Amino acid sequence: MAEVVLFVAFPYLALALAVFGGIYRYRHSRFTYSSLSSQLLENRRLFWGSVPWHYGIVIVLLAHLVAFLVPGVWARVIADPTALYTFEVIGFALALAALTGLCVLIWRRLTQPRIAAVSTVMDWALLLVLLVQVVLGFWVSLVYRWGADWYLHTAVPWLLSLVVLDPQTQYVSSLPWVVKLHMLNGFLVIALFPFSRLAHLVAFPFWYLWRPYQVVIRNRGN
Amino acid sequence: MKIQSQIAMVFHLDKCIGCHTCTVACKNIWTDRKGAEYMYWNNVETKPGTGYPTRWEDQDKYRGGWVLDKKTKKLRLRLQGKWGTLGNIFYNPYLPTLDDYFEPWTYDYQNLFDAPEGDDQPTARAVSMVTGKYMDTIEAGPNWDDDLSGSQVYANNDPNLDNASEEERRQMQEIDRVVFFYLPRICNHCLNPGCVAACPAGAIYKRGEDGIVLVNQDKCRAWRMCISGCPYKKTYFNWSTGKAEKCILCYPRLESGQPPACFHSCVGRIRYIGLLLCDADRIEQAAKAPDDALVQAQRDVIADPFDPKVIAAAKANGIPDQKIDAAQKSPVYKFVKQWKLALPLHPEFRTLPMLFYVPPMGPVLAKMDKGMYNMVDAGGEGLAPMLSALEKSRIPLRYMASLFSAGNEEIIREVYRKLVAVRIHMRAKRVKDVPAAEVERALAQAHTDAREVEAIFRLTSLPTYEERFVVPAMERETAVDSLFPALDPVSRNYPTRKGAVGFGYREEPHRGL
Repeated sequence: MAEVVLFVAFPYLALALAVFGGIYRYRHSRFTYSSLSSQLLENRRLFWGSVPWHYGIVIVLLAHLVAFLVPGVWARVIADPTALYTFEVIGFALALAALTGLCVLIWRRLTQPRIAAVSTVMDWALLLVLLVQVVLGFWVSLVYRWGADWYLHTAVPWLLSLVVLDPQTQYVSSLPWVVKLHMLNGFLVIALFPFSRLAHLVAFPFWYLWRPYQVVIRNRGN
Repeated sequence: MKIQSQIAMVFHLDKCIGCHTCTVACKNIWTDRKGAEYMYWNNVETKPGTGYPTRWEDQDKYRGGWVLDKKTKKLRLRLQGKWGTLGNIFYNPYLPTLDDYFEPWTYDYQNLFDAPEGDDQPTARAVSMVTGKYMDTIEAGPNWDDDLSGSQVYANNDPNLDNASEEERRQMQEIDRVVFFYLPRICNHCLNPGCVAACPAGAIYKRGEDGIVLVNQDKCRAWRMCISGCPYKKTYFNWSTGKAEKCILCYPRLESGQPPACFHSCVGRIRYIGLLLCDADRIEQAAKAPDDALVQAQRDVIADPFDPKVIAAAKANGIPDQKIDAAQKSPVYKFVKQWKLALPLHPEFRTLPMLFYVPPMGPVLAKMDKGMYNMVDAGGEGLAPMLSALEKSRIPLRYMASLFSAGNEEIIREVYRKLVAVRIHMRAKRVKDVPAAEVERALAQAHTDAREVEAIFRLTSLPTYEERFVVPAMERETAVDSLFPALDPVSRNYPTRKGAVGFGYREEPHRGL
């Protein structure tokens, strides 16, 4: 029963919150869709926090996503032991960068009065959840090696079963509790998406690359 | 020829007394809010001086504006390319911080009433408006170097003096030669704005109807590249809301026919506002002109509103008659294009600013000589009886050229010759102590005539409110029209929509869910 609640109901709930909450917020409170940068108030520590955090977490997340979307390709790539080894080392280094960055960001928020002035309860909740998530992921990669491989046979089929609306919890039921926590906390991050500054993730402005430099808007198009 | 209407401004620096009334008017209306305390959409700087934010003209530090790529002959943002923007989005290496502006503060006035009885007078300590904590030392303010020209600490750090010779620097610090003028600054509402180009979210835009540059607060995602992209540092970051903000040229006032608040309140009446018809097809070429040709290239973008071809092109591009009429009456057109007196601030930033400045005349130097009060360097090479030679001006021409003509001193000289001619001619007319030959010489040097000079005098010294502020009709009717579909007598889609709520509602009221 607990398994169904945790690995079926909770992920669906989290996704529903993220999608519908996100759409609701975009439609009714678009002003709040912001990365809420605090760089104007404090510059130096932000560099040592924001840059390693973002680059570390973005690439690690993309690796999770790619392995989930194209498990076949991923399996072929890591079939070569050298590739697998390289991936594990790179992943570990990036996770280390993300963790360091996150710690700097938390330290900055704790010690800088200017940053404290713009910190909300949700900022702190989010930092805590993210810290737990990164520490758990770090732990998993350290203790349960070759995650790039076993992820394909455990979490990926479970996630795919969720996607096709035929939840199969047996793929994850026998995993160690650290891994389970990492998965559950991951969905907690997703659930928090529309209620926090995480909303800036979907606002990443890729289309800037194609846009002409100047923007002119008229009442009447001509 | 693609004619666009662009609202433009002239500040006549000779008339600026540095009273900051414009700043106060703007502050009270627009930026007296949490997160905006440090912003001055309008500020007045003392020149030579470092300005606000400190040394904003130093683009090695702030990376604002455009540069012309020597190899590709294309314009690129000095900040970074588009990929660079996405790469630096987590941390903008060139963003000014609050300390480059100043930390806003108030005072703990309550302590003056509540302090316990003691031997000393109670004080009102400074309290930061960001953190709410006491500030022991206030280290900077929005006009920290106000009136401090000549100082080794402030004026010496003016980026425009980087190229000054030792002799020029020494001259500007001599106590009997110390000279300064004021430089009021607002957003230039540029034709080729760096802030718009730098915004990855596409939140900043130019209004097609009048060229006012605005930030869509619902689209801004706090990527904060606009602040770096603007070489004039006139886009600001609201640290509380996490959104970019900037001067909106009081568009709600303009739309109801009034000039912006800073214009309206100006005590010295230095400000002029009016419409220009610009040829959009020439903008790119003008922004790519070589440094010493930038001012002329920018003048060439401005089309003659009396030319029938221009009028036809304007009409073809949907510009209504009232706007063409306003462009013909525009005081800005006269100062910038007809008389060539008003110059853009730092044209080398290549954003084609639409705020132009008439450079100030430096004060003349006089000496008591054998009981006679004599102008130094007047007569002979100067212009008798009251003007000294341009080359001996107390503000070096090179300094003015660094500010207003991307280093082209000849343009500055032309402007001053004309301004001198106005004074000589009017003095001859009113005081009648200038020999006719001298007047002729002044007019000839400035390539002008009595009629033009008198028109300049009139618009400089005696203009009415309506002559200074020619606010064009803002086509509010088209804004209303655009809400409705094109009328179709067959399907009878006649508009029946009316507003249902007043201000302060973000959603229309519905019946039920």
